[in-house]
Amino acid sequence: MNAAIILFPGSNREGDAIRAIAQVTGKKPSHVWHGEPALPVGTDLVLLPGGFSYGDYLRCGAIAARAPVMDAVRAHAARGGLVLGICNGFQILAESGLLPGVLMRNANLRFVCRMQHLTVERNDTPFTSHYDKGQVIKVAIAHGEGNYEADTETIARLEGEGRIAFRYSDAKGVIGGAANPNGSTNDIAGIYSENYRVLGLMPHPENLVDPLVGGTDGRGLFESVAGH
Amino acid sequence: MKARVIVTLKDGILDPQGKAIEGALKALGIDGIDSVRQGKIFEMELATDDRTAASGVLRGACEKLLANQVIENFQVELV
Repeated sequence: MNAAIILFPGSNREGDAIRAIAQVTGKKPSHVWHGEPALPVGTDLVLLPGGFSYGDYLRCGAIAARAPVMDAVRAHAARGGLVLGICNGFQILAESGLLPGVLMRNANLRFVCRMQHLTVERNDTPFTSHYDKGQVIKVAIAHGEGNYEADTETIARLEGEGRIAFRYSDAKGVIGGAANPNGSTNDIAGIYSENYRVLGLMPHPENLVDPLVGGTDGRGLFESVAGH
Repeated sequence: MKARVIVTLKDGILDPQGKAIEGALKALGIDGIDSVRQGKIFEMELATDDRTAASGVLRGACEKLLANQVIENFQVELV
């Protein structure tokens, strides 16, 4: 699998993402600077890493979403290519229109940085085939604007089409309540595009690929994509 | 020509920052403010003096970048 990782000024989680991808594919992703007009030929997966692109100016992800390379990312998605946006990458996907809705300020106004349990809502997508349906995984979260909101119709469509990828839960898999770190609608932690080939999520599976740093629950996502 | 663009959250969109400011005002003993919603103001210098053209340019700027129309409304003022 050929992965390309997009770098914006202010991206800062690309190192972990590169490591996670290299670990499962044996191959380092190529780096693509935000000003590039095209992706490397043969790119299978585009990864938008976490960070604070453009210092979160205007709105999180707003300026990055209008960068030249995003036209190429949109074209890649339109061809059915895989796109994964993590944290700020999810915010960029929402701002670019590749995923619906918006990530708003956490309801409690606090930046949250902690370990978080998620439920895997389905395992028949390119990103989750190495998990079980309903499996509870433990990964890291670190964000100030992760409160997923969309209008009622959009939420109903996402739910109806099974486009919720992950929800915030406790260790036992009980969704929501105090386990929701940011107030997101229906405890949504990540969503898919209509064809399930674009995934945006606030948590950081790329941080949990090595037992030395607290677990390997994030690895399944990268193994799924690599095996796809 | 100068212009001002005002971007505000749509009705019904939760504004935790506005709520926090509202709470801080109450804590300061400033009475008589029932609610606070926070928005953004952009002040701009335009190349044109044609009001119709200016409105068109600013509308495009709001739709493409300045406002996220999922959650925000915008209002353009030509000065």
